[in-house]
Parts: sequence; C-alpha cells; structure tokens
Amino acid sequence: MYMFKYILKRLGLMLFTFSIIFVMCFVLIKLLPIPVNVMPGQDPLIVYKTLEGRGWIMNIVEGENGVWHYDRVPIFKQLGIYLIRIFRDGDFGIATTYGEYMNQNLWDVFVSHLPPTILINIYSSLIGVPIGIGLGILAALKKNKWQDQLINVVIILLISIPGIVLSLLLQYFICFKLRWFPLTMETSNDYFSWPVFKSMLPAVFALCLGSIAGYARYTRAELSEVLTSEFMLLARTKGLTKKQAIMRHAMRNSMVVIFPSILGEFISVLSGSLVIEKMFAINGVGGLYLNAITFQDYDFFMLLSAFYTLVGLTAGIVIDISYGIIDPRIRMGAR
Amino acid sequence: MDMKNINNIPLEKLRLANRSDTSHDKKLETKPLTYMQDAFRRFCKNKGAVVGGIVISFLVLFALLAPLFTPFQPIYNDQTYAFAAPKNKIFYNLGIDFWDGCREKEGVGYVAYLKDLALGLETGREVIKDGEVEIDENGNYNYRYDTYYGVGFGKYKIISKEEYEAIQAYQNETGRQVLYPIVKYSDRPTQEKNKYDANIYYVTENPKAQTIRPKLDKDGNIQVNYWKYEEGEKSGLRADYNSLRIEGEDGVQENGKTYYYAYGRKVDGGIEVRTEYYEYYIYQHTQVKKDGITEPVFWFGTTSTGKDIFACLSYGARFSFVFAIIVAVVNLVVGVIWGSISGYYGGKIDLAMERFCEILGSVPTMIVITLLKYHMGTTSQVIVLLIAFFATGWIGMAGRTRMQFYRFKNQEYVLTARTLGARDRRIMFKHIFPNAIGTLVTSCALVIPSMIYSETSLSYLGIINLESGNTTSVGTLIAAGQQSLMKDGSAYITFFPCAFLVLLMLSFNLFGNGLRDAFNPSLRGTEG
Repeated sequence: MYMFKYILKRLGLMLFTFSIIFVMCFVLIKLLPIPVNVMPGQDPLIVYKTLEGRGWIMNIVEGENGVWHYDRVPIFKQLGIYLIRIFRDGDFGIATTYGEYMNQNLWDVFVSHLPPTILINIYSSLIGVPIGIGLGILAALKKNKWQDQLINVVIILLISIPGIVLSLLLQYFICFKLRWFPLTMETSNDYFSWPVFKSMLPAVFALCLGSIAGYARYTRAELSEVLTSEFMLLARTKGLTKKQAIMRHAMRNSMVVIFPSILGEFISVLSGSLVIEKMFAINGVGGLYLNAITFQDYDFFMLLSAFYTLVGLTAGIVIDISYGIIDPRIRMGAR
Repeated sequence: MDMKNINNIPLEKLRLANRSDTSHDKKLETKPLTYMQDAFRRFCKNKGAVVGGIVISFLVLFALLAPLFTPFQPIYNDQTYAFAAPKNKIFYNLGIDFWDGCREKEGVGYVAYLKDLALGLETGREVIKDGEVEIDENGNYNYRYDTYYGVGFGKYKIISKEEYEAIQAYQNETGRQVLYPIVKYSDRPTQEKNKYDANIYYVTENPKAQTIRPKLDKDGNIQVNYWKYEEGEKSGLRADYNSLRIEGEDGVQENGKTYYYAYGRKVDGGIEVRTEYYEYYIYQHTQVKKDGITEPVFWFGTTSTGKDIFACLSYGARFSFVFAIIVAVVNLVVGVIWGSISGYYGGKIDLAMERFCEILGSVPTMIVITLLKYHMGTTSQVIVLLIAFFATGWIGMAGRTRMQFYRFKNQEYVLTARTLGARDRRIMFKHIFPNAIGTLVTSCALVIPSMIYSETSLSYLGIINLESGNTTSVGTLIAAGQQSLMKDGSAYITFFPCAFLVLLMLSFNLFGNGLRDAFNPSLRGTEG
C-alpha cells in the first residue's frame, strides 16, 4: 500500500514541478516582444488579426505611417487561452515566424519529427546496453588482470573524449575517408528501408559509445562490490560452482542498480542528442528546437521545452519507482 | 630448559629486564600526518592522476604563455592565407616532409600542375616542394604543394601612387622583390575570372578558354607574356618604375633591341600591380601595420577564414579556463552557503530549500540558456552563458554540502561544541564544513571540464556565439573546423582544437578521480 501511496506522491510532486516550470517558461516567453513578421506584399492586418486570433493581442488600431498599435492580452489570460486550446482542441499553435515550418500546425510538425530521434536512440540503446554490461561483467570477473585494465582504459577514454569529438572522428573516418556510410542521414520518411537505416548508423554508433562506457563502468563497480560480499562466500561454501554463484546471486544483486537506469534510458530516447542530430543532419526533434531558437518561435519553444522537461522528469520518476519494484528490500516511502 | 620445571626456578636467578620497574611506550619516530598530507600522499601514488595533473598544468601554461609567443591574435584574419597548412620554420628548414606548411596534392591534372610549376619558376620559390613530382598511371601528378608560396600573386591589385613609390623604396632598401612585371591588359585571357588572375603571366594557347593552358615553346618551356617596352618608348598607361627588375638592369635583348618590362599600369584610382603575396604580406606587416608580424608562419595553420589557429586556440583556452574557474568559484560559494543552511537547520527550512532546488534542477540547461538568450539577446553572450551555468550549477554543490552536514551535525563533537557555547555559525563553518572540503574540491575539479564541454557543444550548436572582437572559444573553433573537415588536407583545422579538448577532458577526469580517491579512500573503486 505504501508503494502505491509513494507512487502517487511522486506523481503529484512531478506534476507540481512540471507546472511550475511550465508557467515560468510561459511567463518569461510572454514578457518578450511579440515578433510580427509581415511577409513582403502581405497585408499587415492579416498578421495582426492572426495574432489576435491566437489570443496574444487585442484592440488593433492602425496608426499613421503604417505603425500599428495594439494592447497585449494579460499574460495569465493568455495562459488560460493557451491551456484551454491544448486540452479542448489539442491545439498547440502554429509556427508564427519565418522558417521552414511557417503556418504549419506545431503538433503535426513535432510528431512527424519524432521517429528519427526515437529510432536512432533505440538502436543505440539496443547496441550500447548489452555491450556495456558485457564489458562491465568481464572487467569485474577479471578484476586487476589485463582484460580489466584494457577495459578500464577504454572506459576512461570513452568517458573523457567529448561526444562532439568522437562523432567528428567517426564521421571523418568511417563516412569520409572509408566511405562506408553516407555523410549525413538520407532525407526520407521510409525509416525502415535499407539505405535510410544505413545512413542512420554513424549517428547510432556515435550515440552508443557514451552509453557503452557508462554501463561498463557502472556494472563493473557494482558487480565487483557484490562479488566481494559475504553471501558470495556462503554461496560457494554451500557447494555452488563459481558460475552458478555468479549467475544466481551476484548478477541479480548487481542488476538492482543497473536495471532502473536502463529503464530511464529507454524513456530518455525521446529527447536525443542535439549535437549528434546536428552533426549527422538527423531530421529530428533537436533540429526543431534549434529552429525554434533561431527563428524565435515562441509557441514552438513552449511545446518543445515542455516535452523535454516532461521526458526528464518521467525518466527520473521511473528510475526511482523501479528500484522499489525490483528490489523488495528497498521500501519506498516507508518511514 | 625444561618447561616442566618452570615453576621451580629459584627466585634469585630471576632478573628484571629493565633497570627501572616501569616501562614506557616508545616515542613515535614517524612524523604525524595531517589529513591534507595524507591525501597528498595517496594522490601521488595514483600515477594516472599525477600525469593528469602535469598535463593540466601544461595546458594552463599554454593558455597563459602562448599568446606571448605569437604576434597573431584571434581578431587577425587574412582571407588570402585561408587554409594555410601548419608550418614550423625548423621543420621547413630541415626539409622534413611534416609540419612544413605543405600538403599533398594528389591526382592533379596537367594544366593545374603547369600553373603551380609556372608560379614556382617565376618567383624562384618551391611551390612544389623540392621539385619532386610523381606521375601516376593515369597521367596525373602527385606532389607536395606549399600552401604559403602557392598563394602566388592572387589577383591584380590596385594600390595608390604613394604606396607604389613606398614599395619601390622598400625594394631598393632591402633588395626583396615585391612587384613583378605585369601583363598588358590586351594580352590577358578574356574570361573575367582569368583577366584579373595575376598568376597567369605566360602566353596561353587559347585566351578565350575557361581553363587556361600555357602555350609551350618547342623546348617545352613556358613563354612569358610580360608587357615590354623599348627604351625611351612613351606610354600614358605605364607607371614609372625605378627599382629592382627581374630582367636585370640591362633589360632583355631581343632582335638587337633592348626591352624593359612594365611593373605598373595606371588605372582609375591608382596603379594596377602584380605583387607576390608572400613578400607583399611581409612588407605590409613590417612597414605599414607594424603589428609585430614578420612573416606568414602559422604554427597550427589557418582556418577557412584565414584566422591563425594557434592564436585562436590559446586565447580561447585562456578564456575557457578563466570562465570555468569563475563559474566554479561562484557555484561553490553559493552552493556551500545554501547547502550549509539547508543541511544544518533541517526541518521545514530544509524541505522548502530542497523543493526549490529540485524544481530548478529539473529545468533542462538548454531551456535556461534559450530563455536567457531570448531575453538578453543584445548583451554579451559571455554573460548569458555565465548566468546559465550559474543557474543550474550550484545545485550540485549545495546537495553535496547538505549531505555532509547531515552526516556530521549529530555527532558528539558537535554537541560538545554547542555545550561549550559555540554559535551556530561557528559550528557550521569551523566544525562541520571542513569535513566537506574534500568532496567539494573534487567536484570542482570535475565541474570545470564539464563546463568547457557544455560551452563547446553550445558553440557548436550555434546557440551561443562567443566569437566577437578578440575573444574566441574552443567550441567556436571546432564548429568552424567541422565545416571544412571534408575538404582535402584540411583536417588539421579540427585536429588542434579537438586534441586540446580531449587532452583537457582526459586529464581533468584522471586528476579529479585521483583527488576523489585521495580525499575519500573509502569511495575508491565504487565509481570506476
């Protein structure tokens, strides 16, 4: 029962945090000057009326010399309008500024850019997690032998070399010098066809190196700690072989810490990496975010920052709760 | 002696081992170690950490001292010397095929090869290094191409009459040939792009063609196409010239007549000349600008906009270090104060402060930076970055301090101090806080590289642009380098900033891990 209560409490807190951040972002955004972009040859009135329709401004009056005067709708009224539209119509607004997505429905644009981001992250997790855990186990079992030292060096290198440099190296050598893969991702919506899949691979490799290093380090530390604990000695004394003892006792115990972070990783596949998406020209959410920054598209920014914040918060909460579910010894929220 | 009779030893045979009847503990002969000394000893045992520390000090020295050794600055740029390869005078003079300002040209066609060859012939420079050329099976040419001398003449340059005189005076004084004979306007190729290309000084096979192919004489030599005039011949277009001549003082003898070459053509706005850019550059910087640059030698090469990478990297590194240290110190101070209050008083205060940290901590850094950038778009980007890193950075420090306070605040010695009448402030900062120093120093050491890394990513993404005036950053350099990475022989532009970043991150990580192990021996191994 306390588990259920704990989860409810965590969810409530998460919603609280999320709404504070959301309102804060909204207010800060609405304090900025409204970008009015009148296309050449367009009647300014249309643009102002659109803004009025979106619930941003009111009382539009045309002054002298083509100067337009208007009053801003109070910010919290705007927030109300914004929220009502989201919950009643699922309408997150339209792209208001210059750029590729001018006058398109934000939600549709957003959803159409999700698949590449999610795909490359899922592929990278599928490659990175097993390799990382495998290397970690190997290192822990061969502690202080040459295998362990080699793996340690690799881990330190992968952790220390910034992702940006690793992806540059990958792009330079396997895409440019060896020409095994295309330099950037193909622009096609057919994500499961071979050429598109192949063009995604460099980005996947670049992404998975980081998680390999992270999981290897984590697994090695956890497993080598479990291996030295007393119940392992007991397991061996009561007659289990080394293999049995490791598989049945050590692995399970070390997974208590590792499994939640795998869950967390699969939640955060949604957010992806801005740097890698830019470098390999992945047509994903990261590009949209950068676009929103460059063109000062405030509605777009609101949608994307809400998304990123939500993903981050959810990943955190899932990790915490899964600890309690996996390991009965950890009693969440118990006093 | 028989053990059975041990009780039967006569008393008078027993003697005291020591004269005195009390025995003292021996005085310790080893010196007592303080916590810091002990930590230092443990740190020195960790070889990786020591190496990391040495590399860090080298990088810091590079950032501090390198600007003193180069006359170039990040603000300097020279489009003509864009993509100049790294060059070191020592390597160049020794004739080693490395770091000599050359790059391999492979599969060069015949015409392009002739152009490089002709340039070398006219100026006497080794445009093709050592004149070594390999011809492959396709009839293409492979050779080492000097990126400095290969610039040649560039375009025809129009200079003022005063500058024309000044260059002649400079030539007379130093004996260096800056001005070269020009080609008569009507003798030049007709295509617009070739007409003003000052590298074409030879007779061409087809002046109307897009690609200019030199017309060779029967011995296979290039024929010069200079504007020559007979002694005493008058021309309103020719500018007078009284300085070094490549044909010698006596002119050229042809058909029994003496000809001289023309070195300047009068045009609107000045005199059109052909200047060898290498010499002209030296003249410009030593005589006109006087900015300490004596020769175009770029140790780490130049970027696609002709900026000196060595200068940019060292100034950028200096900026990164100073910036990271400032942010780390501010974060440390605020985090420690916040964490101490929150941890020491506990209860409702702690709960409120924790909740605040939690909410602030869940805002992605990217969003903070974007909001700041929207609001402070016109102010300096450095300040935007500073505030953004501060806004999210101190939370970690606060958390660590708070944890230490929770661990120590209920210990007996704290109770003793309180009983003896110590105030809260004294207990907090004199009795509890010193326990947290080790952890905090370590996290500071690990925060610095992560900050430099974030700055790099943000510059790369184009969200932050620190390149203004005389400041630049490593991230800006990498971002600029990536754009020209796929150009042949330009990988060095990305190589140097990347190498710097990798060395920095690697050594800081090793150093930080070493510090952590040294300060908290019990943590060893749990985090790798």
